[in-house]
Amino acid sequence: MTQNLKLTLTAGLWKRVPPFRLVLGLCPALAITTSAVNGLGMGLALAFVVTMSNGIISALRNVIPGKVRIASYIVIIATLVSIVEILMKAYFFPLSEQLGIYIPLIVVNCIVLGRAEGFASKNPPLPSMVDGVSIGLGYTISLTLIGTIREVLGAGSWFGHAVFHESFEPLSFMVSAPGAFVTIGVLLGLQNLFSRWRGEKFIQG
Amino acid sequence: MDLFYLAISATFVNNILLAQYLGHCPFLGVSKRLGTAIGMAAAIIFVTILSAIFTWIVFTFVLRPYGLEFLQTLTFILIIASLVQLVEIILKKKSKALYNALGVYLALITTNCAVMGVALLVARKELAFVEMLVFASASALGYAVALLLFAGHRERLQISAIPQSMQGTAIALVTAGIMSLAFIGFKGMAG
Repeated sequence: MTQNLKLTLTAGLWKRVPPFRLVLGLCPALAITTSAVNGLGMGLALAFVVTMSNGIISALRNVIPGKVRIASYIVIIATLVSIVEILMKAYFFPLSEQLGIYIPLIVVNCIVLGRAEGFASKNPPLPSMVDGVSIGLGYTISLTLIGTIREVLGAGSWFGHAVFHESFEPLSFMVSAPGAFVTIGVLLGLQNLFSRWRGEKFIQG
Repeated sequence: MDLFYLAISATFVNNILLAQYLGHCPFLGVSKRLGTAIGMAAAIIFVTILSAIFTWIVFTFVLRPYGLEFLQTLTFILIIASLVQLVEIILKKKSKALYNALGVYLALITTNCAVMGVALLVARKELAFVEMLVFASASALGYAVALLLFAGHRERLQISAIPQSMQGTAIALVTAGIMSLAFIGFKGMAG
């Protein structure tokens, strides 16, 4: 049992890490990662939603009729997202302004629905919540990494603190739209290279 | 004239795919062949405009007058989900040909953030009805243009020699980045 939980917990950090291994949830990964702080905030918001929704859906998995399950999942997820939205507006107003429409858009983030359908609907609440934590943490780490790369190269700072000498000329390409695509594309390529070097089986192709 | 600027800006300058980053799951998923991309683009245009109209009506006449804006996320997703189901049922009954062409994509659209994103942007910008119509159509058109262009690129990519690690999604994203760079060039056209 504990062995299984441990496996589930670590799966989200490498074997199933979104958005690289599990190519889901790309929109926010591209859109809000202009700085490390934004990446961290978005990641944590999603981690909360996916953990809670996995827990609730798994607890209700024998009650929800199979035919309307997707609709029921969406209602549960939308409720949780509304809670996050209101909480963020109350306590982290500047961040919630930065993230804009991408907070309500967590509802249609494929990761949340994907985990609900793929994991929580088949497993008891505790492992499901562990799965949510693991996927959420993996996503948070990925987004913070993407945000770090873009912020350091594009603005010459990290979490708002300057990291380079004053003479550094920021590459504004990195914080604009094309930089997002290229950063994630290159990271994905590096991750593929690393997996192949370790001789792992390919998951994403 | 303002409407014209709004349309150009929504289609090209703030292209929903390449500048606002919405709707990427189908973007990468169905853009491998031009044929499927055309089906998806048509379905997106159809559903985006319809859902923008319905969410606008509910937002303007129900949510805002009663101070219920905090229910926006919940109502929008429910409207979109039921609308997609409804469209699917109606098409199945009335137009078999159209259903066969769009059917598979319709089911996927519920979780497409482009549809929800346009609805949310309309609510956020507080557009009037005609502006909303122009904005939604132009955004959907922009999505279709980007999707079709990209599908054309990907068909060529499949027959070119790419390092093994960069194949598939990785090279697709880099290509999208270059396309997005090209779309930045439209910035001079409209503010």
